[in-house]
Amino acid sequence: MSGFLELEGLVKRFDGVLAVDQVSLAMERGELLALLGPSGSGKTTTLRLLAGFDTPDQGRVVVAGEDVTAVAPVSRRFGMVFQHYALFPHLDVRANVAFGLESLGVHGPELDRRIERALTLVDLAGFGPRHIAQLSGGQQQRVALARALAPEPRVLLLDEPLSNLDPTLRERTRREIREVIHRVGITTMLVTHEQDEAFELGDRVAVMRGGHLEQVGTPDELYGAPANAFVAGFVGRSSTAPITVLGPSARGVRIRFEGVEWDVDAAAGTPIPPAGPAVMLVRPEALRLTPPDSAAIPATITARRFVGPSAVFTARTDGGSVLEVIAPPQSVPAGARVGLMPSRRVGGGIHLFPQDGA
Amino acid sequence: MNRPPVRLGASLLLVVLLWLVAYPLVLVLLEGVRGPSGWTLAYIREFLARPTEWEALWGSLWISVVSVGLAGAIGIPLAFLFARYDLPGGRVLGGLVALPAVLPPLVGVLAFLFLYGETGFVSLLVQRVLGLTDPPWRLQGAGAILLVHAYSMYVYFYLFVRAALQSFDGSLLEAAASLGAGRWRTLRLVILPQLRPALGGAALLTFMTSLASFSAPYIFGGGFRVMPTQIVATRLNGDDGLAMVETLSLTLLALIALWIFRSGVRAAGEATGRKGAAPARVPVRHPAARLAVAVAGWGLATVLLLPHLTLLLVSLVPVGTWTIEPLPPAYTLRNYLTLLQDPVRAKPLANSLWLATAATGAAVAIALASAVTSARRSGREARAIETLLALPWAVPGTVFAIALATAFSVHAPWVGRVILVGTIWILPLAYLVRNLPITSRAILAGVRALDPSLDEAAATLGAGRTRTLRRITLPLLRPALLAGASLAFVTALGDFVTSIMLYTYDTRPISLEILSSLRQADVGVAAAYGVVLMLVSAAVFAVGADRGSGG
Repeated sequence: MSGFLELEGLVKRFDGVLAVDQVSLAMERGELLALLGPSGSGKTTTLRLLAGFDTPDQGRVVVAGEDVTAVAPVSRRFGMVFQHYALFPHLDVRANVAFGLESLGVHGPELDRRIERALTLVDLAGFGPRHIAQLSGGQQQRVALARALAPEPRVLLLDEPLSNLDPTLRERTRREIREVIHRVGITTMLVTHEQDEAFELGDRVAVMRGGHLEQVGTPDELYGAPANAFVAGFVGRSSTAPITVLGPSARGVRIRFEGVEWDVDAAAGTPIPPAGPAVMLVRPEALRLTPPDSAAIPATITARRFVGPSAVFTARTDGGSVLEVIAPPQSVPAGARVGLMPSRRVGGGIHLFPQDGA
Repeated sequence: MNRPPVRLGASLLLVVLLWLVAYPLVLVLLEGVRGPSGWTLAYIREFLARPTEWEALWGSLWISVVSVGLAGAIGIPLAFLFARYDLPGGRVLGGLVALPAVLPPLVGVLAFLFLYGETGFVSLLVQRVLGLTDPPWRLQGAGAILLVHAYSMYVYFYLFVRAALQSFDGSLLEAAASLGAGRWRTLRLVILPQLRPALGGAALLTFMTSLASFSAPYIFGGGFRVMPTQIVATRLNGDDGLAMVETLSLTLLALIALWIFRSGVRAAGEATGRKGAAPARVPVRHPAARLAVAVAGWGLATVLLLPHLTLLLVSLVPVGTWTIEPLPPAYTLRNYLTLLQDPVRAKPLANSLWLATAATGAAVAIALASAVTSARRSGREARAIETLLALPWAVPGTVFAIALATAFSVHAPWVGRVILVGTIWILPLAYLVRNLPITSRAILAGVRALDPSLDEAAATLGAGRTRTLRRITLPLLRPALLAGASLAFVTALGDFVTSIMLYTYDTRPISLEILSSLRQADVGVAAAYGVVLMLVSAAVFAVGADRGSGG
């Protein structure tokens, strides 16, 4: 494994509890990697190990071939945007942005020039004299980004950068962040628990759970070929149901679901469990609604929710499974009897995992 | 992460604090059981056998309990009145009500002497009006002590409860009303439980202050015994072993009280994080009610301000001119001029200022160092540092004076003892130790309130510890530093109890000069000193509060 930024077998315990367990990652220069996971998954600890606020019990952090594991945060030259921004409340915007530059000994006209450049980058030119308390949440977020980027750090770390913003503002700020990071071309690690955020911002996404790295890949890989049921369930909408794997078939795998046999596509990269009881994880677009007939699973529509131009229907099968199906809003009314079939237009979207879910 | 220097700093602090705070107390304990010829229980036996010792201990205990009751009975209703009702002139009155706080203990006692003493202003007035030949009362004994305590300590209840009421979530009251709870049910089930931490805090503070109270019993006590004055008397008799045992008994009483209060408040549970706005004040609309409230309010304010005004009045009276008239026949500024021009008289003023400044500066430095090294750390060392910083608060001032006098009266550098008693260094040291709890409480709270990611942000921006401290931590801590420093400064400036045991002629502070002026019947100068102390205290408080809130 080699890259610009490498995490090698990081282990961190707090009071004996394993927070980060053997996390290894390599990032290319200029890559943006999103560390995605539920709270308590160890993603923030990983970020803090990277920043140097905590020291790993085992493992190394290597940047451009230099081992920085024992280097203090002061000397690491990693920029960081904190969850609550951590802007210095008693300093104005200019002084906040100047802070890191002054550490480098930048002064005079050069200082002014670089402050202005950093502020222009985040579209806040002319905001220098403003007081922090006078800024909106989105503006504070951008000042924090400008402050982190101004000293031209080697790596940029973002800790839940959008969690403090209104949902309406989030989408716009997400685009702005993406644009700025790509323009600067800085190697960036982002921590988030929002899948949308990780997928839109990350060139690659690393999914964490319980201190483990579950899977690292592009958004397409994670969605199309999740390594396990956790990743599949955490990434995108899906429903699960118990099934029986019968064995390989011409199209992929033959399964039996509530007495009906289906051929499903074996998604590339996802291992096929051995014959026997297993769990099926279905994306809502991988199923379609049909009139009830013998080839389909009989079900009743219990709810309908609008999602953009489509609707997500909740269907309760006669066998008791609850599955979500995406379809045009007017397809069927709530309470209708329907049949469920694998959708023909989407390859995959149905993933099979061994019953224990691991 | 610069861990080793931080850890070294913490260890060094721990050693300094152990030496200044814990070690003297341990020495007192040892001296209490060590005679001229080895270990002995003689002093303890002597203590237990004397009825006067039990009398003094019991006196201290019941005076403190009754002081809590009286202070609460005055302070709590006042807090409700000013927090819940929009009175005419309420804002000014609300501030005036807190004014007893600017009177240092001895100055308050002095003012009460001028007001209600045998030849006091009010006493003479009553005597005249009723045509009596003798003064109507004698300001002496337990009653006089309690009067002074109630006057000077209700402020704790007033300020604590008012603050709690102001941060009270008004929607709780609305919720109670919407659930059909009447006024009393709401008070009993919603308001009082929420006030419990504030009430507990004020009660504890009042109790500990009363237990340690020295000025009032010393001046007004007469034959009434409490332990702090008893200790000083025993010590002056040269009965050191017994004084140590007395000191221990008072410490024990204080620690037991602290333990009982702490467990009581903890049982009440921590107040939940509050959000929402304080309930709006209820305006008093009816004209008659407004008038009644205004008259009562300003009447009350006058009574509360009488001591301050009396001090001012007496300070303007030329020596020996005011004898039996209800109001002084002549006025002069000579007392103040004496205080400034007479080198002998000016010395205590200068002494108190430098002693208080030095002690405050050192206390702030130690508290800041402790806060920065240990506030966000858990672990035994950090806990030990915090306990040591808070300890002098739980121990009455007399006890610490005795402890320091004991520890620093022997030349034995190899066990950390040097002779400081009789030098100019013992008083600033004593003030410093006594100031540690107040300053460190304010500064620790300030450091805890800082977002730890500010430090981390500074680190990722390449700022070292010194630059982070100078550019980020200190500016943001300014309100806390000012609050801690102003409280410490005012306490040190007015200190009497520690000073009386440790002063030297060269370091005699204002409080002792007041005492000696009083003994020489030079009341004008004593009052002038009192006014100066009062004004400096008020000014320092105002600066602390203003900068503290203004940021």
